[in-house]
This record gives sequence, C-alpha cells and structure tokens, in this order.
Amino acid sequence: MVDLLLIVRLAGRRVALPAADVEAVVELEGLTPVPGTADHVAGLSALRSRVLTVIDSWSALGLEDQAAIGSTEAIVVPSGGHTYALLVEQVEDVVESKGKPVPFKASPGPGWSRVSSGMVEAGDDLLLLVDPHALIAGPPLEEAA
Amino acid sequence: MDELINDFIAETRDMLEALGGEIVAWEAAPGDRARLDEIFRFVHTVKGNCGFFDLPRLEALSHAAEDALAEVRSGKRGADAALVSGVLAVIDRIGELVHALETGESLASEDDGLLIESLKPGAAPFVEVTSSDVAIGDARKAQRSIRLSVDLLDRMMSGVSDAVLARNELSRRLRDAPTDLAVEAAFDRVSACIAEIRDAITRTRMQRIDNLFAALPRMVRDIASELDKHVRLEVDGGDVELDREMIEMIRDPLTHMVRNAIDHGIEPAEARSAAGKEAAGTLKVCARQSGNQILIEVVDDGRGIDGDKLVKKALASGVLTPERAERLSQAQKIGLIFEAGLSTAQEVTAISGRGVGMDVVRANIERIGGLVEVDSKLGHGVRFTIRVPLTLTIIPALTVSAGGQIFAIPRAAIDEILRTSGSAVKLETIGDSCIATIRGRRVPLITLTDLLGLPRNKGGKDQTIILLKPAGGDVYALLLDGVFDHEELVVKPAAPAIMAAGLYAGTTLADDGRPVLLLDPSGIASKAAIAEQETDREHRVAETAKKARVEEHAQLLVFRGLDGGRRAVRLAVVERIEDISPDAIQFTAGRLRVAIDGAILPMAGCTEAPDREKIRILRLSDGLGELAYAFDSVIDIVPLAGKLRRSRTAGEIAGVILINGEQVELVDPHWLFAHCDAVTAGEARRVCAMPLGDPWMDNMLRPLVESLGYEVIEAGEGVEADLLVASADTPLPAAPPGAQVLRLRATPEPADDSDTIYRYDRAALLDALGASEKASNHG
Repeated sequence: MVDLLLIVRLAGRRVALPAADVEAVVELEGLTPVPGTADHVAGLSALRSRVLTVIDSWSALGLEDQAAIGSTEAIVVPSGGHTYALLVEQVEDVVESKGKPVPFKASPGPGWSRVSSGMVEAGDDLLLLVDPHALIAGPPLEEAA
Repeated sequence: MDELINDFIAETRDMLEALGGEIVAWEAAPGDRARLDEIFRFVHTVKGNCGFFDLPRLEALSHAAEDALAEVRSGKRGADAALVSGVLAVIDRIGELVHALETGESLASEDDGLLIESLKPGAAPFVEVTSSDVAIGDARKAQRSIRLSVDLLDRMMSGVSDAVLARNELSRRLRDAPTDLAVEAAFDRVSACIAEIRDAITRTRMQRIDNLFAALPRMVRDIASELDKHVRLEVDGGDVELDREMIEMIRDPLTHMVRNAIDHGIEPAEARSAAGKEAAGTLKVCARQSGNQILIEVVDDGRGIDGDKLVKKALASGVLTPERAERLSQAQKIGLIFEAGLSTAQEVTAISGRGVGMDVVRANIERIGGLVEVDSKLGHGVRFTIRVPLTLTIIPALTVSAGGQIFAIPRAAIDEILRTSGSAVKLETIGDSCIATIRGRRVPLITLTDLLGLPRNKGGKDQTIILLKPAGGDVYALLLDGVFDHEELVVKPAAPAIMAAGLYAGTTLADDGRPVLLLDPSGIASKAAIAEQETDREHRVAETAKKARVEEHAQLLVFRGLDGGRRAVRLAVVERIEDISPDAIQFTAGRLRVAIDGAILPMAGCTEAPDREKIRILRLSDGLGELAYAFDSVIDIVPLAGKLRRSRTAGEIAGVILINGEQVELVDPHWLFAHCDAVTAGEARRVCAMPLGDPWMDNMLRPLVESLGYEVIEAGEGVEADLLVASADTPLPAAPPGAQVLRLRATPEPADDSDTIYRYDRAALLDALGASEKASNHG
C-alpha cells in the first residue's frame, strides 16, 4: 500500500516512487568515480559526512542513451544498510496515491519492466511505480559485465 | 577465574533483579506454576554455577531451596506460607552473599542452617532479622560495571565515527572561512573531545581474547573423547585484546582449526607411541599482539601435512596441472590445504566433515583483512598462524593519487614508499608484465591507473612506488602518481556493487569531504594476477607459500658474453662485477690470466685479451678461490625456473634454459673452477713446508715451488702442509701428517738413500711437485 508518491522525471518519463523509500532529495556536490565497478555505479558522493553510492539510473535501466549527462539531482534511498543516491533528471512533486498499484495493461518498455511492478494512479495520471531497490540492484549480472 | 566469578556475580544479580517482581507475585499466589518455575530455575542456576566455584554457603542455600521447590513442583508439597517466606529468605540471603562476594566484605555471619531448616516441611516460618532491601540497595551502589547490549555499543561506535567525519567536514569549512581565533579554539576543544570519546569507545569494543579461548578446553575435551584421542591443550595469551567484532569473526575459523587439528592432526595414542611420541598430543593455541596485528597460532604435534599427498589429490581433482605441480615448492604444496575440496583425511569424519574447512577458514579470515599461514613438518605437526588487524573501523591509511583520483591504502600493508626517480628503483617491462627491481629484489609491478582503467599520468615522470605486502602474501609494487598524507580514516563498508569490484576494502571521507575509496591490497594483487593470465589458484597458492616464488629459487644473472651469446650464471657464485682494462689480461704461464687487486686470477669467458677499452668481468668465487669471467653486459637477474637441457658434452656450459622466451646458456661454475687450475684456490689449499733461511731453498727452489701454486711456509714442528721439502744432508724433520716428503740432495750421484732427488734434476723435481699437485687436485 503506497500512501505518498514521489514523482520524478527519468529517461524522459514521469514515474512514481514510493515516498516511504526515499529519505531525501538532494543536489549532489562532486562525484568520485569508482573504477572497476558495474556501469550503473556512477561513483561516490558525500552528503553531510556520509558516503553515498551514486546510481546512474539510466544505466540501471539499460537506457544509457537517454542519460541526462551532468544531472546532479538525486534521490537518497537507504537500502540494505547502505545509502544510495539515484540520479534523476528532475524531481517534480510528492502526491498522494489514489489507489493500489495495478498491474500493467501493456508492457512498460525495455528496462522498465525489471524495476516496476505496476502502475499507480497519482493526480490525474497513471504512472509507472518504480522500485528504487531494483534500480540500485542494476541490470542483471550478465548485462552489467 | 576472577573473570568467571565476575560473570557469575553479574549474572546472579541480573537474575535477582529480574526475579524481584516474580517473588512478590509468587508470594501473593503461591499456586502460580509459572512463577514457581521461574524461581526454581533461579535457584537451580545458582546451584549449578556454585559448583564451579568454591562457594559452599551459596551452594547449600540454593540446594535446599531447589529441593523444597522441587517437591512443590512435583506436587508432594503445597506452597504454604512458611515455605514461601523461607524461599524468599533464601533468595535474599543469596543476594547478600553475592553482594559480599562482589565487594569483598566479610560475609554476614548468620547461620544458614536456620534458614535451610525453615524450608523443611513443618518448620516454623523464618523470621527475617536483617533488612534485605538495604543490602540490595548497597549492592547497586557498589556495582562498578554494567552490562550493555552489544547493539548499543555498535551504535555508539558508528555515532562516534560520524562525529569524526562531521568534525573533519567542519574543519574543512573552517579552513575556507575567515579565521576567527575564538572559533578555532572552540573547534580544537571539540576535536580533542571527539578524539577522546573515540578512543574510549574503541576501547569498550575491545575484548580479551579469553572470551574466545574460554570455550576451547571443553571443546577439545569433547572432541578428543569422541575420537578417543588424548589431547593436552595449552592456551596462552588470553589477555590479548581484540575488537569485539573481530573476535566474533575469528570464532568459527578458530573452532574449525582446532577441530581439524584434533581430528586430522593428532594421531591416536597407539600411532603416537609407535612414532615415538608422547601418547597425549599437544595442542597449543596462543595469541599475541604484533604491531597493529594480532597473531593467533594453532599448533599441534600430530602427523603434519603430507604435501605430496595433497599434490596427488589436487592432481586427481584437477585443481592442479602436472606442470604446475612440478614447480611447487614444499611450502606451496602444504599451502594446497587451503584449496577447496582437498581434505587430507581419507575418511569423512563427523568432526571435521569432508574438505569443507580450510578454504572456508581462509576466506573468512581474508574477509576481515587477515591472513592464514600454514607451516608443517611431516610427522611433527602443523602450525597455523592467523593474523588479523586489531580493529576494523578506524585504520591508519596513506592517501595517494592515481589518474587524478584519490585513494587510500591501509598502512598495515605498506612495506616501503619509493620514488621512481631514485637510484634504488628500476622498472622494466618483460612481455606483458612489469617488474620493479628494488635494490636487487625483483617484485611484480602493478600500475594502478592501468588496473583501474584510469588515464595514465603522462607528464610527470617522477612517480611513486609503494611496496605492498597484502594480507595474504607476495610483496608487489604499486605504481602511483603521488602520495599525499598519512591519515586516520573511519572506514565504512562500501555498497555491495562497489565491493563486487574486488578492488576496494571500503569507503571513507577525506578531510576535504570528498569520498575516498580504500584500496584492498590483496584484491588488487589478485585482480592484477588475473590480468597477467596467471590463474587465481596459482596466485593464491603462491600467497600461502609466501615469498617462496621470489626468494626460494636460486637467482640467475643473465648476461651477454663477449661473443654476443646469452649466458647465465647462478648469482650466488658471483662475487662482484668489475671493469678492468685489457692490459690486465695476459696470456701467461699457459693460460689467460688477469691481474686484479694484487692477485692473479684465471680468466674465462674469452680465449684472448679482448680488443676493447674496458672489459667487464664477473668475479666468481667458490668460497675459497676466485676466477674472472669476461662478459659484455648484464641483461637481467631472474629466478631459476624451467628445465635445463644439458649439454651433450661436459664443458664450460652446463646446458641451456629458457628465460623469457629466449635460449640462455647456463655456465657451469664447477667445471670452470675444476678446469682453470683454480690457482687462487690452490694457493689456499696446497702448502709446501721447507726450511727457510737456506739461500738455495729461498732463492732457487722457493720461486719454482711458488710458481706451481704452492704456498710456502717454514717447516717445523706441528706445521700442516701438503708437501715437505727437506735437504738430504739434514736430519728429516717430523713430516706433517699426510704430507708428501721430498728430499733433495746437492750432488748428482745418489747417496746411500735412494729416496732423494738431485736438486737440479728439474724433470724429476717437477714430476714430484706435479704429482703432488695432481694428488691434491683430485683429492
């Protein structure tokens, strides 16, 4: 059951994330690359003396070509004892959901089906509900390698 | 023992406190079974614990209460008021006794007998004389230790870590802001406070390793009796302190090693007696601190590890190829014990199971930045050494730069820091791999930027090399752009996606607030080893064997001969390399010789004095004598590896080996020394004793004898010589044992004694001297 939804723009789409999963919305200052890791790990950044692992959400979706280069807008998501920052194009709003998520009526498109389990009604729109933890996990191993 | 008693006191007190409510409730409703059980458990536990200590009063009290309550539980007796108050009085008395035990006060001298009596059926209710409330109140005041949940400690630690990071950030901001002395002073105070708190909390997390060792005696006893073996356990170093987290991480590996030692190491009593050992095996477990590492050793005097058997198994299971197996040193063979699926025991046993073990042990220890080493003598036992860092969270580190990025390297792994511009360092590329030669020691070189796929530093030639000795083995050199600073870093585990790279040990924040990656020296080594097409396994075996690859093999000096051919000679026989002028080389007395440092050395490596300005020679030594070997230039120093193809005929060249893909002739120093008259060596060996002071002997014979390579000494009592020369017309001096005697007469005609030689009979004289020379050469 999702109460509040965070609406962000990602890879040209408006999508919703459960606001309960999101700790903060930040503007990242500086990025330390981490060589030798999977593509969707953009690097490290610091937030109030905490180290954030920055996730390149576009790579995580397998949609590198739609990446918003230089975006510093990120949502902070704690997951599995670590804190991540998911880069997005733009954070729009927080809205109340109008109901339970519903399964897709049609395929949401490549990349998206892995990070989303359904649609959710927010405001006047029906948006893809994205699981931030799935974004953090990144593409399956063989793709990441 | 003190520790255990303290634990007992603390535990009993905790239980008493928890029981407080139950007692009251039970008093109100003596029929309440749950309450009764609770109280019964308490006295039962106290009674059981007392058995370990010499506490007769506590034991008698708890025993009496237990008996009475047991009867109630079994329904033999009702819980009447007399019993209830009797039990309560006993519990109070237990509290008092425990309190007295803790504070060391003399025990209250009341007679426990009365109390115990009051528990008997039909006894008069016990009337309390002392107020137990006061006693317990005192106990609370006296208590100087508290029991904390470990979670709370962890939270404190992470809180302090955050405080340190926040302090660092504040310090950075302060540096950017206009200076205000008052603010700075305040900041310094905050810094000092945080440092102090951090220190204290780090210490609260330290635990005596006793906690880990305390379970060993029981475990050893159980396993030994199960296997019907006799094992004597010796534990030492229990007072060593280690981070609590580390202790937890070591617990399983240590348990496993102890099990293995008893199961696979220590033989049954009969086998031990047969091998001439004491029937009872000895298992030693000891801990000690060494720098910022803790060493834990598990040593048994059992049958040891059979390296060859391991190799056979490894071959059978395909872990090892026959070629590699051939090249393994003994230490590397024993190191195979850490391979998955190689268990030395023939049968699977209930104790150690099969093959699951040392590989897991190793993995667990390495995960916490430690390492395991093994050393074994077949038939004499095994020594496992675990090395672990003191603590996990705050580590001293070196910040370095590579490819424009900052990294941190744990200082514990750093052996040495060098500049590439220094004369002690030489970098070479051989094939695909790089080698750094540091003061003659050759170590693999890993360029960090290449490994990480970062842009190489093009401009600056002056780079830095860090010699790293990772937790897990071989020294290697890491090429970096520069070194910044030593820092104490609060290291946090990195996200799984980052750890998956296998290169990093964690993340931290530098003073300037930027995240910094902590490099994992062993991870880098294995990553680079993979890049060099070296199998991970071989690398790990090599790690275990520790240095074996680099230092156990003989070193070869590879050089270019005067004829341009590649040759090699064992480095050990090379005394030094010198440049000499060709004038020093002359064909004298039947062979090419070189005059050097006031000595004449036989010359090898060329057939005539070479026509060049300077000639480089290798001065080869067999420990006694020397000879010179002319050559053109040094190519390399490499470890002796690979197969020698022997020469078809014996000669200066022993055979040919393959070094870096090229044929190299291996010079046979033995042949050289055997066939170069080994003059210098001869001088040292062959001694001729003769009467000195005789002009003919001094001026005529002596030069001749010396020219044949003898050292001339004056004949006399107790002189050791190979040859004794004496005049026929003087009495024969005592000949040294084993010496050949040469008597010379002044007249051509032999006198009555036929065993003399005319002193100008050159042929006979030389023959005699030569025979002695040959005899000593072959002797």
